Amino acid sequence: MSEITKLTVHEALNALKNKEFTALELTEAYLRNMENGKKYNAYITECADVALQQAKEADKRYATGTNRALEGIPLGIKDLFCTKDIRTTAASHILDNFVPPYESTVTQHLLDDGAVFLGKLNLDEFAMGGSNETSYFGPVINPWSKDKLLVPGGSSGGSAAAVAAHLCAAATGTDTGGSIREPAAFCGITGIKPTYGRCSRYGIVAFASSLDQAGPIAQDVRDCAILLKSMAGFDDKDSTSCDVSVPDYEKFLDGDVRGLTFGLPKEYRPDGLNPEVSAYWDKAAEYLKARGAKVKEISLPHTKYALATYYVLAPAEASSNLARYDGIRYGFRAKEGQHLDDLYINTRTQGFGAEVRRRIMIGTYVLSAGYYDAYFLKAQKMRRLIYNDFMNAFNQCDVILTPTSPITAFPIGDESMLQNPINMYLNDVFTVSVNLAGLPALSLPIGLSATGLPYGIQLIGKPFDEGTLFNAAAKLEADAKFERK
Amino acid sequence: MAIDTHTVRRIAFLSRLKIEEEKIESTKEEFSKILNWIEELNEVNTDDVEPLISVNNTTLRMRDDEVTAGNCRAEILKNAPAAEYDYFAVPKVVE
Amino acid sequence: MAEYVIETAKGKWGIVVGLEIHCQIISKSKIFSGGSTEFGDEPNVNVSFVDAGMPGMLPTLNKECVHQAVKTGLGLNAKINKYSEFSRKNYFYADMPTDYQITQFRYPIVGEGEITVDLSDGTNKKIGIERMHIEQDAGKSIHDLSPTKSYIDLNRAGVGLMEIVTKPDFRAPEEAGAFLRKLRSIVRYLGTCDGNMDEGSMRCDVNVSVRPFGSSELRSRCEMKNVNSVKFVMQAIENEAKRQIEIYENGGTIEQETRQFDPTTGQSKLMRKKEFAHDYRYFPEPDLPPLVLSDEYIADIKAEMIELPDAKKQRFVETMGLTPYDAMVLCENKEHAEFFEKAAQGHDAKKVANWMMSDFFAMLNKKRLDIAQSPVSAENLGRLVELISKEVISGKIAKDVFEIMSETGENPEKIVEEKGLKQVTDTSAIEAIINEVIASNPDNVAAYKNGKTNLAGWFVGQAIKMSQGKANPAIVNKLVREKLDK
Repeated sequence: MSEITKLTVHEALNALKNKEFTALELTEAYLRNMENGKKYNAYITECADVALQQAKEADKRYATGTNRALEGIPLGIKDLFCTKDIRTTAASHILDNFVPPYESTVTQHLLDDGAVFLGKLNLDEFAMGGSNETSYFGPVINPWSKDKLLVPGGSSGGSAAAVAAHLCAAATGTDTGGSIREPAAFCGITGIKPTYGRCSRYGIVAFASSLDQAGPIAQDVRDCAILLKSMAGFDDKDSTSCDVSVPDYEKFLDGDVRGLTFGLPKEYRPDGLNPEVSAYWDKAAEYLKARGAKVKEISLPHTKYALATYYVLAPAEASSNLARYDGIRYGFRAKEGQHLDDLYINTRTQGFGAEVRRRIMIGTYVLSAGYYDAYFLKAQKMRRLIYNDFMNAFNQCDVILTPTSPITAFPIGDESMLQNPINMYLNDVFTVSVNLAGLPALSLPIGLSATGLPYGIQLIGKPFDEGTLFNAAAKLEADAKFERK
Repeated sequence: MAIDTHTVRRIAFLSRLKIEEEKIESTKEEFSKILNWIEELNEVNTDDVEPLISVNNTTLRMRDDEVTAGNCRAEILKNAPAAEYDYFAVPKVVE
Repeated sequence: MAEYVIETAKGKWGIVVGLEIHCQIISKSKIFSGGSTEFGDEPNVNVSFVDAGMPGMLPTLNKECVHQAVKTGLGLNAKINKYSEFSRKNYFYADMPTDYQITQFRYPIVGEGEITVDLSDGTNKKIGIERMHIEQDAGKSIHDLSPTKSYIDLNRAGVGLMEIVTKPDFRAPEEAGAFLRKLRSIVRYLGTCDGNMDEGSMRCDVNVSVRPFGSSELRSRCEMKNVNSVKFVMQAIENEAKRQIEIYENGGTIEQETRQFDPTTGQSKLMRKKEFAHDYRYFPEPDLPPLVLSDEYIADIKAEMIELPDAKKQRFVETMGLTPYDAMVLCENKEHAEFFEKAAQGHDAKKVANWMMSDFFAMLNKKRLDIAQSPVSAENLGRLVELISKEVISGKIAKDVFEIMSETGENPEKIVEEKGLKQVTDTSAIEAIINEVIASNPDNVAAYKNGKTNLAGWFVGQAIKMSQGKANPAIVNKLVREKLDK
């Protein structure tokens, strides 16, 4: 592996500016890594030709001094972002031949800042999953795997694995219930899900519209700050995008945590929580305390109900969002049935994988006549209580500190996960509340388990207060001294 | 709540998905398990709680009435599994 | 009005009817996308990525559609809801690219209202509006290009619609017809919908139930989909009522169902029974936050509201002396009413109204012209009426002048002047003519004197004919009698 692909984005940007190597050399180095890293199955579609072209363009920019914020930085794009003229599959058979004639707003921002796109990264089908095992294109391998092949987490599993294995300098992800933070934690890297409304959802294949947010997955906190600055921003094509100015997040990295209060929700430490998880959580609190921050216990009383709430609302929205995959206007079409309904049924039954089908049906059920009030409306009310919990907590603290996941990466094909979907869902226990409340949250690696696998720690902020998360995360990163792959 | 066979079939049809006969039983069990788990929400009284629909504290923006898109038939039809005479083609729809 | 009764050998029945009307909103672009609302273009041309339901595409709300909806709501004397919400109505449909329709469900933009309809016997009736909401239209399927396939055109997909739901207030087919005409008149006045039912820009679903006459019970209703003319709506109601009565009288029951009206036969056939009714799974549209309107916004639209047909009609009756019927006919169409007001300016309004409703409309009909294309201007019509009022020309000559005006568009005064059509009121000139008529018809004079006094009319006619119609008939009449009776 070439040393230059071990650089962070900010290191690579400096090196490019100082002409230590060219953007073309950097892109070629990553393309070689991708070639050698096929075993990870991180990419669904590689686009070397496009990337080389973009890299050459970047070198011209450097030569003329017109280089932009991410000029020549080779990125991987989660295959949920529509990319103009580049196949976009959502890791589903039903979209495996879809070539969008448009570009998502977030990827357009990255292109406008000079980024190079190496290809489209693997994920759980339609981002539904926590292990990247539901992809039509097969599971992604966690680069931390030793004797057994481990999952990278999901749904942005390809993104996390590719960043950890240096198959791209950084990547985009999306997070509906933990899909950036969990894989970042499992792969020992950093990711942030920004406030709902911070990044435009225009052009991102929708899973659950009221929960989906795009964010970066990168080597370190500074890279996340740089990337989020580029990805975020108001977009009038997305009615849920917020017209709030995007600060220069890098400036927050040199901030101070003195005067900040960190809340540790007592409900996140149930009986039976893995002692390692608990210990790293305390350690993170100690780091912050040592730097002069206040740490206190807080309460988020409805935490227990977040998962069930999420598993009503997300499938309900998904059941509607995924109705359009019907074999008429784009994507896979089954051998024609005689009637239109047969065509729909055959196309969708063959085109969607088991987990997606399961969630569509659960979502259909909770919205259907006679069950709406008992399930969907109930969950929307619970969502309000969960949201209020956070707002009350933020009267007592500035940032909430929690573990990212109760476990480390688990083996691919794990029986207990496969046999009972609820076991898989439980892995999202620390992440879903954040999506329900629309808050920003960052996960960074805090240390290794006894078996040598990374744990993540999560910082949850007030709406649009990503800056404070970057500030605190930079301090934890410096203190934890986690060694990346 | 336990789900019956009729409901599983109805939900599958509403979703335009097929469940093989031999999978009906296991699907019933699986759905019942998930729904039972979800029903833990009933432990909380939410009678006086406003449902949360949108975490954006903004109201709906409105755009000016201008034609800004369209005239891109080739791109609209490009991904279609079947397009004829500039239309999307489907098996005959009988009303 | 007299109550509508359906009488059979076995009894008397009354009907209960409610309407749901979809009105296409007049706007340049679609309600949730920047695609054009233009009609008649080639297939799939006015389709944006949003309209085609492409992955990742998101709706954005068109300001104009909201404005038009509020205006229409005010025109329906309805409550404008400051808070409303968009919802998704989920069902698979080839013309619906996302397989859900963005509509409003629990919280529509317009609440209860009321409009007054004018009935043929001169009475009025108030019809309650239950609600009005805004939503997107579907595309169109073409079934006749291939024996095995249907073809889908999405040009119409995403055009804004207003769905108006009435209360079940109709008790006669005529009331429903009058309501549709009044609604069409209102939306056309406001410029919010072109109201063309034959082109589908206004579409009507009809809910019908029957009950023993005089009873106040509400029985199961059947819904007739897409009944697309005023005439068909009335026909559909009548035939559906008869169908239901026949079933009841034969001991059967009616279950709620949806039926398809066939305009060629006037009959309807079953589409689906209640147990197969769609389960639409409505839920709040997560891509669009709630729509909140300020008092100021609503007040601004109120301020720009124009005079609507009912108010105009009332003013025409009260200040211009028109009969309620004439006023209603003239006010149904805004352009007609405006033309009338311009023509009546400073002239005899009742006469102008008579002229418009007879010769003038007949001329437009014959020439197949819109009022905007009329060769006779409002000012010239007024001048013509003025010439009659001042007895410059007779009513008969006026018809000839009008004929010329509708060919040339000329000023009637000029025509009368040039053609020498001025009425003769000079008694001596008229006397001379009468003398001539008397002198040349001694037999008729003798007959008159022998008691056939009704021959006076014949002499009057002859005299007017001889004057080429210019002699003032009243004077001729008076002089003829004077001379014959001498």
